[in-house]
Amino acid sequence: MATLQLNNIVKDFGGTQVIKGVDLEVKDREFVVFVGPSGCGKSTLMRMIAGLESTTSGEIAIDGQRVNEVGPADRGLAMVFQSYALYPHMTVEDNMGFSLRLAKVPKAERREKVLAAARILQLEPLLDRKPRALSGGQRQRVAIGRAIVRNPSIFLFDEPLSNLDAALRVQMRIELARLHEELDATMIYVTHDQIEAMTMADKIVVLQDGVVEQIGSPMELYHHPRNRFVAGFIGSPKMNFLEVEVRGADAEGVDVALPGGDCRVPVAGDGVSAGDTLTLGIRPEHLVLDEAGPLTGRIQVIERLGGVTSLYLEHGDSEWILVADGNVAHRVHDEVRFTFDPACAHLFTADGLALAHLTRHPLADIDRKENRASSASDGR
Amino acid sequence: MANMVRRHTTSARLWRAGLYTLLIMAALVYLLPLVVMLLTSLKPLDDIRAGGLLSLPSTISFEAWSKAWGSACTGMRCNGMSGYFLNSIAIVVPAVAISSLVGALNGYVLTKWRFRGANLCFALLLFGCFVPFQVVLMPMARTLGWLGLASSTSGLVLVHVVYGIAFTTLFFRNYYVSIPDEMIAAAKLDGAGFWRIFWRILLPVSGPIITVTVIWQFTQIWNDFLFGVSFAGFDSQPVTVALNNMVNTSTGVKEYNVDMAAAMIAALPTLVVYVLAGKYFVRGLTAGSVKG
Repeated sequence: MATLQLNNIVKDFGGTQVIKGVDLEVKDREFVVFVGPSGCGKSTLMRMIAGLESTTSGEIAIDGQRVNEVGPADRGLAMVFQSYALYPHMTVEDNMGFSLRLAKVPKAERREKVLAAARILQLEPLLDRKPRALSGGQRQRVAIGRAIVRNPSIFLFDEPLSNLDAALRVQMRIELARLHEELDATMIYVTHDQIEAMTMADKIVVLQDGVVEQIGSPMELYHHPRNRFVAGFIGSPKMNFLEVEVRGADAEGVDVALPGGDCRVPVAGDGVSAGDTLTLGIRPEHLVLDEAGPLTGRIQVIERLGGVTSLYLEHGDSEWILVADGNVAHRVHDEVRFTFDPACAHLFTADGLALAHLTRHPLADIDRKENRASSASDGR
Repeated sequence: MANMVRRHTTSARLWRAGLYTLLIMAALVYLLPLVVMLLTSLKPLDDIRAGGLLSLPSTISFEAWSKAWGSACTGMRCNGMSGYFLNSIAIVVPAVAISSLVGALNGYVLTKWRFRGANLCFALLLFGCFVPFQVVLMPMARTLGWLGLASSTSGLVLVHVVYGIAFTTLFFRNYYVSIPDEMIAAAKLDGAGFWRIFWRILLPVSGPIITVTVIWQFTQIWNDFLFGVSFAGFDSQPVTVALNNMVNTSTGVKEYNVDMAAAMIAALPTLVVYVLAGKYFVRGLTAGSVKG
């Protein structure tokens, strides 16, 4: 059992607030990812949970117990750092067993625990090596092993994969997910990589400027972003935004004017009236090339990835990104017409908040565990 | 160097020959004083009186060395350099050890336990590197008297520690800045406290900078004359002061061979340290500039 509650956490660095009142509830065995642009405070928030950084105000509670005044070693947490932070003068075994050694655990028991962790991570042949004789991926595994040995109630990961190359990152991502299931532990993970966030999280916390913008499952964030920031941050390439004028609105939908004709977006239009200006958001992958489409653009750049093609379009002073299939034959400077399904579009008010969709996306509440075959489904 | 591409024309060879000649000449000029000292120290007095600084000794004798070590007169006493050599060791060893350790601790606190005003503190410490010896003589004399350490070995150790801390702190601080803070954070999470992190994590990885600091401090303190002559008592004079007293004595015949042998003895420890550890000195100074 390990739950974590943050109640109105504030961090003040000499007059500047970097965390401005964060509330969060992490359930037992949940995989929570903090994501946001650099400088959003996600790492600071994690360091506060770890006890490496003091809390200006608010309460941190683990399993319902306030831990604000408890030192980092006594919170029952383990942390994995971006730079691995291994002790260069110690062997892998000593690195992993250092915390137990400080806790005066007898040598035999220490070795047993280190070996158990090494087995999980396939580190057994490397136990006698020094960190400098290991590759980046191996070092990262040792850092994870050092965390496992402590048998923590909560694992903290601070951008653990950013120093690895792309192929290794994919492999470690899967390994971490497997580990999460094997250890049945609560994990909190900081990253700026939205693919890591989308693939691993049960729950994503999107942060910006020290404020939580939205908390939700990956698919909820993708299909029902709470505001324009989350809509732009989740998804790649970025969502297209266009200022549109409202023709008419009611609880059943909002009619907006597009360059090629009107369009009815199925969102709750309460409080919106004709003549208002809203921002229409539509993801590049939801735009469809269509000879009879209401929108047009001239191709500026084509990025062919084989499977898909990204088209960068320009129309007047608005720019669009459109993701089409890999077999698009168009060339730069071609004029193309395109359309979209209004159900996929989002509307944002002037203060950035999204108008609620009338129907919930069928996959918005899908559980991460439904995405992989796991030992947990064997009735364990 | 072996795989360097070179032109093999006649003029290129001539250039190269000229270059090497110049380099060898320069090296000889720098080596000459040492050669003269060594030759003179091995000559009997008669050879020296016959003149010829560079002439080879007629017979090689180590008499001058043993006299310089055991029986030459330094001022009033005639026990040679040996006692003063030991005095110097008694000053240098604790002074180097203490100043290096304090420097390491200062560097550790200034980089890993940053406090309000840490930068100002470091700037003021740095200032200590630029204070000339002469400026501190009078206040230091008063302080030593007030502490009851005047004319003692402990007093000299204190002076060298105080003067050395500025340098050792500078060395260690700059080295520890390059050690990732995350390593310290990891140790904190593993349950290590202030001292444990210092002894078990930081010091074991400080090899290169410890070498630099020890060599630097050793040569500084061993070669010091001014503090030694100002603050040492009759029984605690370092070897540099003894050498001066021996060479500047105005009684009797001037024994150049003994003087040279004494100078060699006084210079030997620093020479040995450089020969043995010079490689690590350079390596330590450049450590961190290239990622291993």
